[in-house]
Amino acid sequence: MLMTLLLPTSGSGRVLGLDVVKDAQQVRRKVGYVFRGDRGLYERLSGLDNLRYFCELYGVPPKQQKARIGELLELVGLKGREKERVEGYSRGMRQRLHIARGLLHRPEVLFLDEPSIGIDPVGARELRITVRNLVDEGTTVLLTTHYMFEADELCGRIAVIAGGRIVANGPPEELKSQVSTGNIIEVDVFGLPADAESRIRALPGVRTVVVEEREQAQVLTVHAEPGAEMAPAVLARLEGSRVGKLITREPTLEDAYVELVAAAAAA
Amino acid sequence: MSVIRLLGISWWLQLKMRSRSAFDGLLSILWPLFFATSVFLMFRQASASGAALLSAAVGASVMGIWSAVSTTASSVLQMERRLGTLELLVAAPRPFALLLVPVTLSMATIGAYSMIVTLLWGRFVFGIEIAVRSPALFVLSTLVTVLAVAIFGFLLAVASVRYRVAWALGSALEAPVWLICGFLVAVDDLPGWVRPISWLLAPTWGMSAIRASAQGRNPLGDIAICLSLAAVYMVVGIVLSRLMINSARAHATLALT
Repeated sequence: MLMTLLLPTSGSGRVLGLDVVKDAQQVRRKVGYVFRGDRGLYERLSGLDNLRYFCELYGVPPKQQKARIGELLELVGLKGREKERVEGYSRGMRQRLHIARGLLHRPEVLFLDEPSIGIDPVGARELRITVRNLVDEGTTVLLTTHYMFEADELCGRIAVIAGGRIVANGPPEELKSQVSTGNIIEVDVFGLPADAESRIRALPGVRTVVVEEREQAQVLTVHAEPGAEMAPAVLARLEGSRVGKLITREPTLEDAYVELVAAAAAA
Repeated sequence: MSVIRLLGISWWLQLKMRSRSAFDGLLSILWPLFFATSVFLMFRQASASGAALLSAAVGASVMGIWSAVSTTASSVLQMERRLGTLELLVAAPRPFALLLVPVTLSMATIGAYSMIVTLLWGRFVFGIEIAVRSPALFVLSTLVTVLAVAIFGFLLAVASVRYRVAWALGSALEAPVWLICGFLVAVDDLPGWVRPISWLLAPTWGMSAIRASAQGRNPLGDIAICLSLAAVYMVVGIVLSRLMINSARAHATLALT
């Protein structure tokens, strides 16, 4: 809807102070849209021809087109491959071409729809660097993602949507602080006694216990009450078992997301 | 100026894209030849000769232009849907109609090539004497017809923005237009109630202009009517495209494949 591709069923939407229904043409000049995955490109044309075509569509002045395309190819790391047909591009290359296409007309707001889906870790890391550079240069980026670490790393403000409603909205640290659990303990145990899980759950200060089979080990994840220091008590209940790695960590954004969405579903 | 540039570059890139498939290329060679062969055999069986055979050759060649546009114009937006580019075309700040016309124009250009192939086929395989009396006006009439057919195709394509099954519209109209627009049978020979429909279709006048220039008559009147009708189609198409896009935005059908 903010991209002007849908009309609101009720209410209104504004981008940079412009109404997305009444001022759709002006909104389109100021925003860019980057698809996820393979769609949104002309496969039989080269990457360069795709960019030339979208330059025309977005009214990039002819004198600026060549330089703009050149700098974007450099930015997304496709310099030297631009004359190849898109049908021969890898998924990561397509995604980078999408980003170049979305930036041709220097949009003030860029919509990124799950940009790192299906990209190898190196490509995804490069993509995150590109996004961070864009933000540093003053572009507002609206990113949709299911990867919480990506949101944590890139976003200054996060809105969590569950069941079509925004259930939380704020900086990542603020969202994490809303999580009602305290520290989380993860222990690798080899040969977990049958009653160990219930004995740990019965400990004062323990909120939840989850056991997950991972190869020969059982991974015990204990969510503690805020302020409770549970590691010594948990280890005491595991006496007689062979204990491997133990990690105590603070709640992540993913923990916050899970809790927020679960609370919204329960409400 | 920027509009002409947009139309020109878009037309060229669309043409480039459509010319890349070897299979499509082979079909666009064979397809018009089947039409032409059927027509030439029919006319030969009826012992047609001279001006009648030339008229048949020219008619068969315009059939190729129309078929290239009608069968693909309606499905072109379905293809854009599958590629995921339809949303990008709609989300572009340029008017959607301006982006669609070069697409159908590129199809008509491919169709125009069939005209040359058909005439050569008639000349060298069936021995039809292709004597064009006014070559310059013949070329002008052909260009105007190509443009008019492209804009007609644009009108057909617009419906596909909203309705995914509208791709069938072009195929449904392919054969009726051959008949109604006088490609093979003179419009005067059609039933009286059909003729007003023929007069409202720009290809009728394009066909008439091409025949007139081939036979040395003045085609300018036909050309003027053909262009006027194309202009009306364009205006109707622009209005319709706005309505269809708004409907597609309201019903969220742009991304559906």
